[in-house]
Amino acid sequence: MNAATLFGLCGAVLVGLGLYGLVTNPEPLRKILAFNLLGSGVFLVFGVVARRAAASGLGGDPVPQAMVITAIVVAFAATAMAIALVLRLLQETGRSTLSADDPGGTDGGNS
Amino acid sequence: MPDANVLHDATTTDGALLVLAIVLPAAGILLSFVLGGRYAERIALILLPFGFVIAMIIFIDVWRSGHLLVYIVGDWKPPLGIALRADGLSATMMVAMAIVFCAVAIFAYADFGTREGSAEVRAPFAFWILLMAIWGAMNLVSLGGDLFTLYVALELLTFAAVPLVCLDGRAETLQAALRYLLFALLGSILYLAGTALLYGSYATLDIVLLSRRVEMEPATLVAATLMTIGLFAKTALFPLHLWLPPAHAGAPAAASAVLSAVVVKGSFFLVVRLWFDVMPGMLGSAGSQLFGVLGAAAIIFGSVVALQQQRLKLLIAYSTVAQIGYLFLIFPLAFDAASAQLQGTGALTGGIIQAISHATAKAAMFMAAGLIYAALGHDRIDDLGGIARALPMTVVAFALGGVSLIGLPPSGGFLAKWILLEATVATGQWWWALVILAGGLFTSCYMFIVLSRAVAPPSEPLKFQIVVPRYQEAAALVLALASLLLGFVALGPVDVLQVGRLDSMMVTLR
Amino acid sequence: MTISSAFDVGLVVLILAVGAATIAMREAFAAVIGYVVYGLLLAMAWVRLAAVDVALTEAAIGGGMTGMLMLGAVARLRLAEGNDIRTSLPVRLAAGVLCVLVTAGVAVAILSPPKTIPTLAPMVMENLAQSGLGNPVAGVLFVYRALDTLLEKVVLILALLGVWSLAPDSVWGGIPGLRVYARPGSTLTFLAQLLPPVGIVVAVYMCWVGAKEPGGAFQGGTVLAAMWLLVMIAGLTSVPSIGERWLRRLLVVGPVIFLGIGLAGMVLANAFLAYPPGYAKPLIVAVEVALTLSIGAALGLLAAGPPERV
Repeated sequence: MNAATLFGLCGAVLVGLGLYGLVTNPEPLRKILAFNLLGSGVFLVFGVVARRAAASGLGGDPVPQAMVITAIVVAFAATAMAIALVLRLLQETGRSTLSADDPGGTDGGNS
Repeated sequence: MPDANVLHDATTTDGALLVLAIVLPAAGILLSFVLGGRYAERIALILLPFGFVIAMIIFIDVWRSGHLLVYIVGDWKPPLGIALRADGLSATMMVAMAIVFCAVAIFAYADFGTREGSAEVRAPFAFWILLMAIWGAMNLVSLGGDLFTLYVALELLTFAAVPLVCLDGRAETLQAALRYLLFALLGSILYLAGTALLYGSYATLDIVLLSRRVEMEPATLVAATLMTIGLFAKTALFPLHLWLPPAHAGAPAAASAVLSAVVVKGSFFLVVRLWFDVMPGMLGSAGSQLFGVLGAAAIIFGSVVALQQQRLKLLIAYSTVAQIGYLFLIFPLAFDAASAQLQGTGALTGGIIQAISHATAKAAMFMAAGLIYAALGHDRIDDLGGIARALPMTVVAFALGGVSLIGLPPSGGFLAKWILLEATVATGQWWWALVILAGGLFTSCYMFIVLSRAVAPPSEPLKFQIVVPRYQEAAALVLALASLLLGFVALGPVDVLQVGRLDSMMVTLR
Repeated sequence: MTISSAFDVGLVVLILAVGAATIAMREAFAAVIGYVVYGLLLAMAWVRLAAVDVALTEAAIGGGMTGMLMLGAVARLRLAEGNDIRTSLPVRLAAGVLCVLVTAGVAVAILSPPKTIPTLAPMVMENLAQSGLGNPVAGVLFVYRALDTLLEKVVLILALLGVWSLAPDSVWGGIPGLRVYARPGSTLTFLAQLLPPVGIVVAVYMCWVGAKEPGGAFQGGTVLAAMWLLVMIAGLTSVPSIGERWLRRLLVVGPVIFLGIGLAGMVLANAFLAYPPGYAKPLIVAVEVALTLSIGAALGLLAAGPPERV
């Protein structure tokens, strides 16, 4: 088993761990943390794909590497938005949960 | 009449229109951001009609010439570079969405218009830029020819949609927005995982190149599964629909219209691209039946829960959950057992017409519900008595939208259901016909509940909170009429959806 | 087993252990610290995968900026009411089964690569000299797949607008609620006076050298953002209000120049986002410089959050 495959399997486990954290942990901040773990696992899979496709004197195929760089920036922006939502929710309600109450119960409104 | 001489990777003469469709919204966003204040509204109101014009030109071009429009970005052909492609599906979606955007913009002018000389105000400034972003993202979804570009489009769509949900700043909408964001992020990251594995197997993410190279292999199957689950989460297909009702019901009316009509169709469009264009032979009979089962579950579950709702906007939101189920019935109905492939005719046409008809009808219904809420100060269904007399145009718009959802002629919903029912007969899958008819029945039930309350006399005289502007009612009515009359396209350009379909191209080459 | 593969195995074990701890730990603060460590370990993994550009980006953004965001959030969330909900056991079991399936699926995909691994590396290298760049990743980002990079900038601006739109109406146009710890003579002030000049030089270098060596606008921009945040947190400069003209222009200058050069390409070079022959490198460097500034501003403001006071 070469290094690339090893890191690929590491990425696969991280994807599973992150997904578990995202689904089971009730606190939003921990979900966001788990999402970042999940994302980094997916990026590692990209990295393994790049490493295996090494050719022409390069250590890896630059196309998937560039895609990962784009995706890391997008993931950070997503984390920033999610955290801003969590903190704003904290300001409004004093709590930090995604409560599972029935959405039909609240008589709120809109327009 | 597909032109077999048109290549998929050379820029066609009108290809520059495709670039314009992406660049205009991007420029609009950047300009609005830097100029600030009222400019966001002005720029949006100028650019959105332009967007409609561009979409119409692309549509007419594709329809009349019978071939794709292609643009190779940066002059680098795939697999190294990125191609933008407009086939019949793209052109149709772009025009339909452009109509919805223009109507929403007119409607939103009343809610988010800013007076001359006022300083920058938060909600309008954000709304107009986010609206332009959704427009740009949907254009990119329709035209993008590379799976990673489509990932960027999905993220653009998510980041534009989530702040719209919590635009009014209340705690429930903040929660709904956070839940939506988490589901949407899960969806994008699973989609990205799939693209990583696809690249690993084929070293390209270009849709046309992939369709030629893709083979039945474990890595490809895993990739397709992950991408599909991710896209299901973003489209709110049962059982991943939990985020949709609070998010769509809590948003401001113009935002709900855009969210239900347009945003969920984006990820649905990508599911179609993935399975009909990239890997039509890989879904198999079992897979397509599974999609159909999930769709049927969505229809039944969404409709039943809609019947129990006490608030109008939540009823409409659950109705969206149900109507999304119809879209996934096209998979078992398009599956041709003889060739073990998804065919791009018949059921696919029905599905796209259903998507467009739902988009226009649902946008009209959310607009109508928003006007009712603004007028009465609440949207409790039991207390809607007398609203039909007070706001007749609005209630008619709501009713016509419902007619299209139920599927009465000559609406788009009727045409779509007709095509799907024909497909159930042709493929012998009678059970889907039962689902479609049951769905129509449920929809009539909840429409009846709402309309019977609306026409009933009020228990006490109605007190209006505001005067509802006529043009807002007109915008809702126009969209509802569009949905109602959509059935007449059967006499016209329905075959445009076949332009650029890869299997039909193959036929002419033989 | 050679030294390098033993190192790899050790690194993977550490990464998985810290990652699992981050998920499983009860206390949020410890979990976030674990995540920062995890980010740095991952950066090492990226170096082992011969992707230095990605390692730089992961260390800077994935570990550094994200970690900072999370620490700030954890600090504020300590004041929140406790959350005693534990997900029920059946849900956790079902989630566990689902996650094992997903991991198994991805693992199967990793363990069954195609017989001949297809690659775009030769095509990238053949055409790289034409644009005068020496860094193939920069080639992909700014030449071959420039559309994705341009649109991603728009995504960043949009995310920033989304964060700003969360503010209450009354403080719109005001100052982001970045916590400032202005105590003269403290270590923080000392570091905020010492590091930024170094950081700015590093950022400029990273942006400049990105055309030939690993580096580029993203990495340089992140270092700039970090320096700006440091100076603001130490109170040495005021946090700008979001309505400031210069701030909006700074945020938008990168994508606007990129878009402008792309449109000029339609006239001068054959296609949108194509470069006229011979001018590719100077144009790309100009775009990268403008983008470094815009990315730095955008990342810094994303970390600063929505406006909280006027």
